[in-house]
Amino acid sequence: MDETYRGGLELLCDSKKIHNVNIEQQNGEDKLTMKDLLSWIRTNLIKERPEMFMKGDTVRPGVLVLVNDCDWELSGQLNTSLEEKDVVVFISTLHGG
Amino acid sequence: MSASEWEILRELDALKEAKATIARKISALEAQLKQIQLQNDAASNAFSSSSYSTNGLTQDMIHRYSRHLMLPSFGVQGQANLLKSSILVVGAGGLGAPALLYFAASGVGRLGIVDHDVVELNNMHRQVIHTEAYVGKPKVKSAAAACRSINSTIQVVEHQEALRTSNALEILSKYDIIVDATDNAPTRYMISDCCVVLGKPLVSGAALGLEGQLTVYNYNGGPCYRCLFPTPPPRTACQSCADGGVLGVVPGIIGCLQALEAIKIAASVGEPLSGRMLLLDALSGRIRIVKIRGRSMQCEACGENSTFTQQKFREFDYENFTETPLCVPPVKLNLLPSESRISSKEYSEIILKKEPHVLVDVRPAHQFKIVSLPKSMNIPLSTLEVRLPEVSSALKKEEENSGAVSGSSAQLYVVCRRGNDSQRAVQYLHKMGFTSARDIVGGIESWAHNVDPKFPTY
Repeated sequence: MDETYRGGLELLCDSKKIHNVNIEQQNGEDKLTMKDLLSWIRTNLIKERPEMFMKGDTVRPGVLVLVNDCDWELSGQLNTSLEEKDVVVFISTLHGG
Repeated sequence: MSASEWEILRELDALKEAKATIARKISALEAQLKQIQLQNDAASNAFSSSSYSTNGLTQDMIHRYSRHLMLPSFGVQGQANLLKSSILVVGAGGLGAPALLYFAASGVGRLGIVDHDVVELNNMHRQVIHTEAYVGKPKVKSAAAACRSINSTIQVVEHQEALRTSNALEILSKYDIIVDATDNAPTRYMISDCCVVLGKPLVSGAALGLEGQLTVYNYNGGPCYRCLFPTPPPRTACQSCADGGVLGVVPGIIGCLQALEAIKIAASVGEPLSGRMLLLDALSGRIRIVKIRGRSMQCEACGENSTFTQQKFREFDYENFTETPLCVPPVKLNLLPSESRISSKEYSEIILKKEPHVLVDVRPAHQFKIVSLPKSMNIPLSTLEVRLPEVSSALKKEEENSGAVSGSSAQLYVVCRRGNDSQRAVQYLHKMGFTSARDIVGGIESWAHNVDPKFPTY
């Protein structure tokens, strides 16, 4: 699975924008969801200031989540199920100009 | 500066002012003359202009916009729509600059500009509508003059004020399409809400660093800004171009794309970028267009049961909502007792008296490279924890070099850009046993302001 961080979020993960990750299914669950992915990211990828990325068990306000170039609101947010080779992008909204 | 220099500068200013006034008079008279000649031509011509089918476009218009008219998908109708349209650009900065130039050039009938700021030298690398002659003058004046010099046949309206809930409804209601070219979260929420209550399409762009974003809100049943971002982000997640930096051409690209989207809507051609968002990653050369959610039924502003009215808009506190002031003076923290702080003037005396000390500059390394105080050592705040031993050894070395003379121990001072991070650093240093550490109030900006006016600021 590919993950991309944009809008400054990459700074939370060693300034690396694209992460190719392989996540093992936990407890024999047959499906991996966005919820699983976020908790995996929080434990394994975020190097500093987790509050800049997450709030509770979801992303913080101002972060858009895209699964295969589509807003995760359209695919069930945290319940979006993920498959091999899916591309997940996290974008922090920008305000500058 | 000597009296004679002042004299010359004053005279130069006066002459420039007079020159500008004459230039304005010349262009006004030229336009007037052209108008009269046109009328005379029309009157004297055996074929009155009305005998040709020009769909309301004048001879000059047909010539000026001929390349638009030649486009089968734009054509006379597109241009006629554009000429009848009105567009308001909020913000004459990095995004607004190219957008305004294209709006003026393409013949938007009435073009409004809102901005309260003045042109600064550090704007010029990206705000390409302004010229050096306008540094220190209002951006609205500068942008309007540039638009008029490109196209004297359109109406340019100057709104030299900050957009607020008290004036936004009145200003925005006079235009068909709104372009958000601002630089902060509270204004973005305010413009979106105002567009919702007035039923205006909003072309929204943003740029920072090497990235840009673009979408059209509140268009034909599409989502508004609040549908996408119902809760504002924490203030710490909102960087400005002044703090984060921005490559000039990036807002330029997004501003041009905003012009494109607004022109499409004004001319009623093509498919506006509604329900989709364009993401520009300039560094890797990638543009992505993603599908975003539609209008949210639960949206506070535009949802089914929304009670957001003009009255509510006027009373809404956007600064409180986003926890960000509308006019952003840099935050001035006050974390330390006064005995743990010294002024830049006091520090300059310490240098003059050659008192033994170590100066730690806690700015990020790339900022330290821009300019730094003599003999300062750079330990960015984020690395202070692991680099504490370097502070200890620098202090020790300083004491060895001067110890016999003064007998006293070397002092530890901390500096940053504006005097906030330096306080955080000193707080940490106190905790780690460097109890005499002090920070320089106001950072290197204060040094430039109060000690050495030749010290570069950024």
